[in-house]
Amino acid sequence: MTNLLLEWVIKTIVILLILVTAVAYVTLMERKVMAWIQMRVGPNRVGLGKFRLWGLMQPLADGLKMIFKEDIIPLQANQWLYVLAPALSLIPALMTFIVIPYGSQITLFNYTIELHVTRMNVGLLYVLALTSVGVYGIVLAGWSSNNKYSLMGGLRSSAQMISYELALGLSIVSVLLYTGTLDLVEIVDGQRGFHGLAWNIFHYPLLILVFIIFYIASLAETNRTPFDLPEADSELVAGYHTEYSSMKFVMFQMAEYLNLITASSISTTLFFGGWNGPFVGRLPYLGPVYFTVKVFVLIFMAMWIRYTVPRFRYDQLMRFGWKFLLPASIVNIIISSTVILFMR
Amino acid sequence: MWQEKVLFIVFAVIAIASALNILLQRNPLYSALSLIGTLLSLSALYLTVHAQFIAAVQIVVYAGAIMVLFIFVIMLLNVPKDQPQIEKQKGLRYLAIPFAGLMIAEMFYVLRPIRLTTLPIQSGNAEQAVGTTWSIGTALFTDYLLPFEVTSVLILMALVGAMVLARREGD
Amino acid sequence: MVNYVPVLLILIIAIGMAAIIIILSRFAKKRRPTHEKLMPYECGVEPVGTARERQSVKFYLVAMAFLLFDIEAVFLVPWAVVFRGVVQSQVYQHLKFVFYGEMMVFMVVLFVGLVYVWRKGILEWNR
Repeated sequence: MTNLLLEWVIKTIVILLILVTAVAYVTLMERKVMAWIQMRVGPNRVGLGKFRLWGLMQPLADGLKMIFKEDIIPLQANQWLYVLAPALSLIPALMTFIVIPYGSQITLFNYTIELHVTRMNVGLLYVLALTSVGVYGIVLAGWSSNNKYSLMGGLRSSAQMISYELALGLSIVSVLLYTGTLDLVEIVDGQRGFHGLAWNIFHYPLLILVFIIFYIASLAETNRTPFDLPEADSELVAGYHTEYSSMKFVMFQMAEYLNLITASSISTTLFFGGWNGPFVGRLPYLGPVYFTVKVFVLIFMAMWIRYTVPRFRYDQLMRFGWKFLLPASIVNIIISSTVILFMR
Repeated sequence: MWQEKVLFIVFAVIAIASALNILLQRNPLYSALSLIGTLLSLSALYLTVHAQFIAAVQIVVYAGAIMVLFIFVIMLLNVPKDQPQIEKQKGLRYLAIPFAGLMIAEMFYVLRPIRLTTLPIQSGNAEQAVGTTWSIGTALFTDYLLPFEVTSVLILMALVGAMVLARREGD
Repeated sequence: MVNYVPVLLILIIAIGMAAIIIILSRFAKKRRPTHEKLMPYECGVEPVGTARERQSVKFYLVAMAFLLFDIEAVFLVPWAVVFRGVVQSQVYQHLKFVFYGEMMVFMVVLFVGLVYVWRKGILEWNR
C-alpha cells in the first residue's frame, strides 16, 4: 500500500512539475507564434547572466516580475471570494492530468511503471466534471471584484462556458459510441495496431466532424479567440480579471493555459491515438514523445486560429453555440449510432 | 479496511459541516458555496461505496449545472444578506423542539431494521460490478425503461415551465 | 476503488500550491494602498453607480436550458457506452433496434424542447 502511495506521489509531483514548466513555455510559444504570424520576432533577448538564451528565460523573468508586483485588493471587494476565485480556477485545471495516459509502460531499474497516474473507469466523466467545476472561478471572480465590468464579463464568460460545455459533452458521447468505454487508458489502448496508426480518426472517419465540433467547443470553453469577448482588452476592459493583480492574475493565466493543454490532451487521447505512433511497441519511451508532439500541434493550431480569425460578438457567439454546435453534435450522435447499428 | 473507514468519516464530517454552514451563513453566496462543498463530499462518499458513475454524474449535473443556476440567480437578483429579524410569533420556537424530536424518532424507526449487506462489487468480472457505467447502462435501458422515457418528458416539462415563467410577453 | 485516492492526493497538492502562491503574493512586497488603487476600475473615471445592479434574466434562462440539456447528455453517456456492446453481442441481437429506438424517442422529446426554446426566441439577442 505504501509502495503504491509513493508511486502516486512521485508521478503526481513529476507531472505537476512538467505541467508548470509547460505552461510557462506555452506562454512563450504564444508570444513567439503571435510575433511570427504578425511578421515580427517576439521576445528573443532574455537570457541568464551573460548567456543570451534567445528569450528562453522570458517566462522566468515574467514570473519574477509578477511575484513582485503589488497585490491590490479593492476596498469594496468581497475579501474571501476575491482570494478564493483564482484558486477555484486553478485547482480543477490542475486535476485533469492524472487520468491521461502518456505512454504504455516503461521499465526503470527493474520496476515496471505505467505511464498514467491512475486509471478510472469513469475517466472521461471525471474530465467533464472538472470542466464543469471550472466555471465557478470565473463567475465568483466577476462577482467579488465589485466592478461592473468584472461582473458582466464574469457572467457572460460563464454563460459562454456552460453553453459550449453541452456541445463538448455531446461530442464526447459520439466518441463513446465507438469506443464503448469511459476509461481513457482503454480508449488509447484500443487505438493500437496498424503500425501505431490505427487512430480513432482514421479508423472511424465520421469522427472528423466530431473532432471539429469538439475542438471548436473546447476553444470556447477555454475562452480563447475567437471566443474571448468576455476578456478581450478592448471590450469589457479585461472582463472578470480586471481587478486582479500580481499572483492571482498569474493563477488565472495559468488556469487558462492549463485548460488549453487539457483540451488538446483530451483531443489527442480521444481522436489521435494518444501516445500511439510508429514503433511504439518496441520503444516504449517513444510514447510520451508522440503524445507531446501531438499536443503541441493542437496547441499551435489553437494559437494559429487565435491570430488569424477576428472575434465573435457575444450574441453571435451564443447563437453559434446553441443553434449550430448543439444540433450538429446531436445529429452526429444520431448518424454515428445509425452507422454502428448497421455495420459489422 | 481501516483506510476506507477513515475516508468515510472524513468526508462525512466535511459533508455535515458544510451542510451546517449553509444554515449558519448570512451571505447567500457563502451558503451556495457551502452547498457545493456538501455536494463534493457526497460525491466522495459515493466513491467509498463503489458508485463511480453516480459520483462523477453528481459533480457534472448537481455541482456543475444546478449550483451554477443557483449562483446565477443569487447574482442576478442581488439577494441581500440576511438581516436579524424580529420574531413575530415566539411560540413557534417552543413548538420546533418536539417536532425535531419526532423527526429524529421517525428516522430511527425507519433506519433501524436495515442490515448491511455486502454489495456484489468484488466479483471478478468488472462489467458485472454494480456501480459501473456498463451495469447502469444495461439496467437503465432494460429494467428501468419506463422511468427513463418518463424522465425525458419530465425534462421537457421543466424546460417549457422555466421558459414560460421567466419571460414576460413581448420580451 | 483504490484508484481514486490520487484524486484526493492531487487535490491536496493543488490546494497547497494555490495556498503557497497566495501567501507568497501577500508577503513578497510592500503594500502601498492609495485611494486610486483601491477604487473599482472604470477606465480612469470615477465609478458611477454600484456594481450590484440587477442583471438580465437571460442568464438565468441560459443556465436553465444548460441544466436540462446537461441531464440529457448524462443519460446519453451510459447508453453510448453500452450501445456498441449490445449491438455486436450474440446474446442481445434481437434487442438491437429496441435499444436504438429507446434513445431515439428520448432524443426526439428533447429535440422538441430545443425547437421550442429556439422558436420562443430565448436563444436570441445578448446570448
